[in-house]
Amino acid sequence: MSKAVYTQDHEWVLIEDDVATIGVTEFAQEQLGDVVFVELPELGAELSAGDEAAVVESVKAAGEINSPLNGIVLAVNEALIQSPDLLNSAPQTDGWMFKLSLTDGLDVSKFMSSDEYQQFLVSND
Amino acid sequence: MALEPDVSKTIFHDYHVAAGGKMVPFAGYLMPVQYREGIMQEHLHCRDRVGLFDVSHMGQVIVKGEGAAAALEKLMPVDLQSLANNQQTYATLTNEQGGVLDDLIITRWTDDTFFLVVNAGCKEHDIAHMRKHLPNFEITYLADRGLLALQGMQAKDVMAELVPEANRLVFMNGGHASIDGIEVYITRSGYTGEDGFEISVDPADALALADILLAFESVNWIGLGARDSLRLEAGLCLYGHDMDQQTSPVEAGIVWSISKSRRVGGVNEGGFLGADVILEQIARGVSKKRVGFLVDGRAPVREGAEIINDVGAVVGVVTSGGFGPTLQAPIAMGYVPTELSTIGTRLNALVRGKPRPITVTKMPLVPQRYFRG
Repeated sequence: MSKAVYTQDHEWVLIEDDVATIGVTEFAQEQLGDVVFVELPELGAELSAGDEAAVVESVKAAGEINSPLNGIVLAVNEALIQSPDLLNSAPQTDGWMFKLSLTDGLDVSKFMSSDEYQQFLVSND
Repeated sequence: MALEPDVSKTIFHDYHVAAGGKMVPFAGYLMPVQYREGIMQEHLHCRDRVGLFDVSHMGQVIVKGEGAAAALEKLMPVDLQSLANNQQTYATLTNEQGGVLDDLIITRWTDDTFFLVVNAGCKEHDIAHMRKHLPNFEITYLADRGLLALQGMQAKDVMAELVPEANRLVFMNGGHASIDGIEVYITRSGYTGEDGFEISVDPADALALADILLAFESVNWIGLGARDSLRLEAGLCLYGHDMDQQTSPVEAGIVWSISKSRRVGGVNEGGFLGADVILEQIARGVSKKRVGFLVDGRAPVREGAEIINDVGAVVGVVTSGGFGPTLQAPIAMGYVPTELSTIGTRLNALVRGKPRPITVTKMPLVPQRYFRG
């Protein structure tokens, strides 16, 4: 995940060409607890940054995942439907959530690097 | 982190923190919602092995005085006068309107001494209510006393090594006992649906008792999160959610908790707060009822979700809901009109604006495994 960038909402974003893969961080999965259900966005849906893109239900509570970017939903991780616990066991790899085809230029300045995100976690502890 | 000045800690607080407990404010106490394993594993551990719950936040109260049984019967629709010493019963404290002020477990210690365990969030109000209605009785709140619940299929194996006589107790009976020299009061009871015990202990001995119990490989701390999913699967009401001052025991589906002797035609008919309303409801029925639900799919339906009928009209509300780790399915309970309360009735609950199919289901959803001898 060295190339991934992070948001203050504890999402990671991996950008390859014009496609962003989005998921939640290890910290987020710990906070959520045992995930039992994931609702993913519709393929082809056009999302703006800040739109609700997905819902994660854990034993404890429901959490909304907002899209960190503007884009069109290109793919969703179908494996999460059958195995929502992938979000706990591998949040930053097999537990990815959705891919966006970016609709406008990418401004990476609003994201954090891995190091910056680790510092963000420490400062918010 | 600055604590609210009115947040208390139980005597086991440091043990919870050391065990990785995520501490959250609950009913005026800082309590562990879960430990490192998480709610799912803790829930399953309790069903299969042994869960240790700190329930010291609950109110332990002694009511003492000549004629205490008859006096307490004015506040709860149960038969206390024929309760044997060391026998206990589940009861509701009712109000004049037939609503429920709290639910509790009451144990007869001696002819004129009763021991009550009431909900943490209600205890101050309960004590004031009893002092008001029973001014001539000695009412003692054991504020600092520890209370541990040891629950699960293998709880009896722990007791077999510590206090074998405790395994002769049947469900809803108790007795004084000694564990490694620690004087305790043990009852065969709990709120998980499993066989198990509740152990009341002097604060001076509480930590030593926890050490003894935790030394068993099978025993793990279990937090409030799993306590909630366990009782939900067991079909048990959570006061303030599934039952409150506006709902009667009849609507809540716990008529079984009202002793026959206190019902119409019983030897000690009525005579408790709200009896006119409650006895009328037993005779003529009620317009809404608490029922259990199985939920289609995997998305939990949570407290507050509206229940709609086949034409989309709101007919009820979910009062408890979540994911049942033993069932591996979402489950809920809530109130619906009596005509929609038949087992098998298909309805929908609104989750984030979308209807989710639910089915009225017999409770408990997971069979209770109490030891009845």
